[in-house]
Amino acid sequence: MRFMVKSFWNCVGLTVMLFGLLATCTSATGQSSTQTKSAATAKPVAQSSPAQAQPWKKIAVPPLHAFKPPQPKRIELANGLVIFLQEDHELPFINGRILIRGGSRNEPAGKVGLVSMYGEAWRTSGSSAKSGDDLDSELAQKAASIETGGEEASTSIGWSSFKQDFDSVFGEAADLMLHPAFKAEKLAIAQRNMATGIARRNDDPGEIADREGIKLAYGKDSPYARQAEYATVDAVTVDDLKGWHDRSVVANNMIVSVVGDFDSATMEMKLRKVFEPMARGSAIEPPKAYFPGPKPGAYFVDKEDINQSTVVIMGLGIERNNPDYYAISVMNEVFSGGFGSRVVQNVRTKLGLAYEVGGNLGSQYDYPGIFGAEAGTKSATTVAATQAVLAEIGRLKTDPPTTVELNKAKDQVLNSFIFRYDTPEKVINEQVTLAFYGYPADFLEKYRDGIARVTAADVTHVANKYIDVSKLAILVVGNKTEIKPPLDALGKVTDLDITIPPPPGKPGAAAGK
Amino acid sequence: MAQYLAGFEKRTTVKVLPNGLTLIVCERPEAPVFSFYTLVDAGSADDPQGESGLAHMFEHIAFKGTTEIGTTNYPAEKIALAKVETAYAAYDAEYRKRVGQDTTKLAALKKAFEDAQAEAQKYVIPNQFAELAEQNGAVGLNAETEEDSTQYFWSMPENRLELWAYMESSRIGHPVPREFYKERDVVQEERRMRTDSNPIGAMVEQFLATAYVAHPYRVPTVGWESEISQVNATEAAAFHAKYYVPSNIVVAVVGDFKVSEAMPMLTKYFGAIPAGPKPESMTTVEPPQMAEKSVVIHEPTQPFYLEGYHKPDYRDPDDSVYDAITDIFSNGRTSRLYKSLVRDQKIAADAEGFSGFPGEKFPGLFAFYGVPVPGHTPDEMRDAIHKEIDKLKTTDVTDEELEMFKTRARAGLLRGLDNNEGVAQELAEFQTRYGDWRELFRQLDRIDKVSKADVRRVANKIFVESNLTSARIEFKAPVQADGQNAGGGK
Repeated sequence: MRFMVKSFWNCVGLTVMLFGLLATCTSATGQSSTQTKSAATAKPVAQSSPAQAQPWKKIAVPPLHAFKPPQPKRIELANGLVIFLQEDHELPFINGRILIRGGSRNEPAGKVGLVSMYGEAWRTSGSSAKSGDDLDSELAQKAASIETGGEEASTSIGWSSFKQDFDSVFGEAADLMLHPAFKAEKLAIAQRNMATGIARRNDDPGEIADREGIKLAYGKDSPYARQAEYATVDAVTVDDLKGWHDRSVVANNMIVSVVGDFDSATMEMKLRKVFEPMARGSAIEPPKAYFPGPKPGAYFVDKEDINQSTVVIMGLGIERNNPDYYAISVMNEVFSGGFGSRVVQNVRTKLGLAYEVGGNLGSQYDYPGIFGAEAGTKSATTVAATQAVLAEIGRLKTDPPTTVELNKAKDQVLNSFIFRYDTPEKVINEQVTLAFYGYPADFLEKYRDGIARVTAADVTHVANKYIDVSKLAILVVGNKTEIKPPLDALGKVTDLDITIPPPPGKPGAAAGK
Repeated sequence: MAQYLAGFEKRTTVKVLPNGLTLIVCERPEAPVFSFYTLVDAGSADDPQGESGLAHMFEHIAFKGTTEIGTTNYPAEKIALAKVETAYAAYDAEYRKRVGQDTTKLAALKKAFEDAQAEAQKYVIPNQFAELAEQNGAVGLNAETEEDSTQYFWSMPENRLELWAYMESSRIGHPVPREFYKERDVVQEERRMRTDSNPIGAMVEQFLATAYVAHPYRVPTVGWESEISQVNATEAAAFHAKYYVPSNIVVAVVGDFKVSEAMPMLTKYFGAIPAGPKPESMTTVEPPQMAEKSVVIHEPTQPFYLEGYHKPDYRDPDDSVYDAITDIFSNGRTSRLYKSLVRDQKIAADAEGFSGFPGEKFPGLFAFYGVPVPGHTPDEMRDAIHKEIDKLKTTDVTDEELEMFKTRARAGLLRGLDNNEGVAQELAEFQTRYGDWRELFRQLDRIDKVSKADVRRVANKIFVESNLTSARIEFKAPVQADGQNAGGGK
């Protein structure tokens, strides 16, 4: 039975794939949409090449079958809580999720890790009526699950079960939400897991590059970049978890979504019964944060046991409600959106300098994203690969996309648009996300129209408006003795110290040694 | 479960074409899209001696285009590519000379090889194959090479079904290994990332090379560095000719179309692939292990423990018993290893045991791993895992544990059926392994029959010391005295 071993394959990274990072870099907006119009064009699209026969051009592409994805039912309770319901009768399951405002970006600087551990210990502790361990075995017998989690902007509780088990499983989830029983011993397990992650965080060069790159882009003390340390993890108490729960789990901070094999009217009744009595509280807002952008220059982390350099180039991106978002999305496609894009064509295919290469001017819903580019290259070609990626960044500003490039980029977005709303889960998740960040419900529809209107001049305009090569930070994680020519060719190099601060009271005695 | 099998029976058609290729077509009209999964029943275990990494290398080449896609003039390109091979062979012969290598001649041959590549490059439209797919709305376009098989997949809007059939059948039938030597460099970078610069990747490579003495499972899928750096396009073409024959390939397509309309069209394209003899089955059988083996790696990286016991392949009558042990040992917070090592003894952040590593087509390993929390060691992982294994050998699992396994297997199977990609993969895999996709559902009968006595019997059979190979990473402080190592975390 293959599905059982798949997760481990991913865990140890043994499956050799055609490309890695690139595949995750191409999606501009994330999830789904609510479109009804077909994105079909009259025939398959591709560039011309005179001498060679191109039989695919004769293959007809009929109009796409009409498709009107069912829209979730939206219910807003008097206490401010929002519910989305989406019936899907294909399989006998019901899945639900409660998204709660407030995440790691809102936790105190001295207790970084609080929200992550809250997300773990909430579920493992259980409710006042049922311990987490008892809940584990009860749910396992039903092949059901209830899980809690803590992310950057939110925490959540989700559940999933066969439809006949919905009442009991949802009942347990509601109990966990209303009467959690945070326990010291479960917090201690979460703390040990965090400590394990801290001890191991310098083992993988890619992980170092991602983490240190984000710190360069936002500043190491930013709520969007700071990292948990032994001291901040140790500082978290059971009372902190309770306090977080009481403050965040209030009706007007929550969005509930349920999808699956149920009748909406009955489901609405069941949900109202649990959520209507909940009280309002104070809404949790994004933290006040300052985004000065990186201090330009070259940065280096030395790692003696590797033969490949990870290069990341970092700057600031945009908020997604920026009117230039469409042009930037097309620019990202031209730069790195798949095999035909500039960095893949030039750095990977033409120069053979990297397996993983990609980047984009990123966006976030309610704070500036990161402009980032990344390449993995053998130590000896570190400078060459970095310069090749920088050259492509520079070329975005000087060389407008050709008609072929522009059409390719737009076709890629528009012809694959259906995949943003081809399952009920995608449709409902999109609506939850938009509601969570206060975006209009027709955001994706507008997105598609916006993409269709982007011109080559728009792309060059936004490249010049948002990318300033002199303001970028270049970070290399690599093996100093192997990197020739040295990094000086990229400018003055600042060595980064990634030493892990020892746990409080144990100077020098690093855990995990 | 019977109702879901019946539902699939109605919507699913299998057709073996005259050239031997198996098509599985399944209607799932939830949205106007489709997904496909092409499974080639050859993986890195089929790499020829001295050419490790070739199956994976070819997987990359399968994106380089065909005799029609990716070229401005194939007849001319074909001649130029033949010259590249001749030039490379001459260079390679000089390069490999053990005695009397002439450096001047070597340089001249290298130049001739580079010139030949530049000449061939003139005809290339780089990445046109993947671009054509992406421009027509393909998402999730990728491929993977495993020890047992190689698979290709993406999803597309349903109105591109014929375009896809043209593209997929031409790259199976008529791929062109253009830009081969540049792609070889890309693959070397992939190896550096996954293995050389990744402590777990490096450990797993050493572990498998130790656990196996004869069977190709001992060789890494990505290949040994020296062999990747010397493999050539002629060898890749030979690999294709031998293993990418229609009789060795299953193509599953799932989505919004009518089988009655799609099948004639698919038959036209996939039926045109030239037939070839099915490759002979592997002769190598791993001999029984005689004594415990171990690998100890001292590196400036955090500790880890991995062990494995040889077991039979997936056709073994006890296959579901191994699945039961996997589930009972590893599935979530009710699993034995979590409860014992993570929750109660507090020595591990994660610990699991699982069947079929690194593959299942040939006899693989039942493997266990433990990730120690700070202050704990690989030896403690080993002792704690062995204590759990001993318990399995001496005491029956509980009714509750066995029932959980069976319920979760049913639910897991059903949950996997809610998307085209997953269904296409399952259909192709079960059709390849059992000759009938229905086994996807029928395996539940075998699972239902697993008894407590089976679990004990199998545990006593394979979890014995002489059948064990283990690998551990022990932390060693880095040698550089650059002041960055005080925390020990590097």
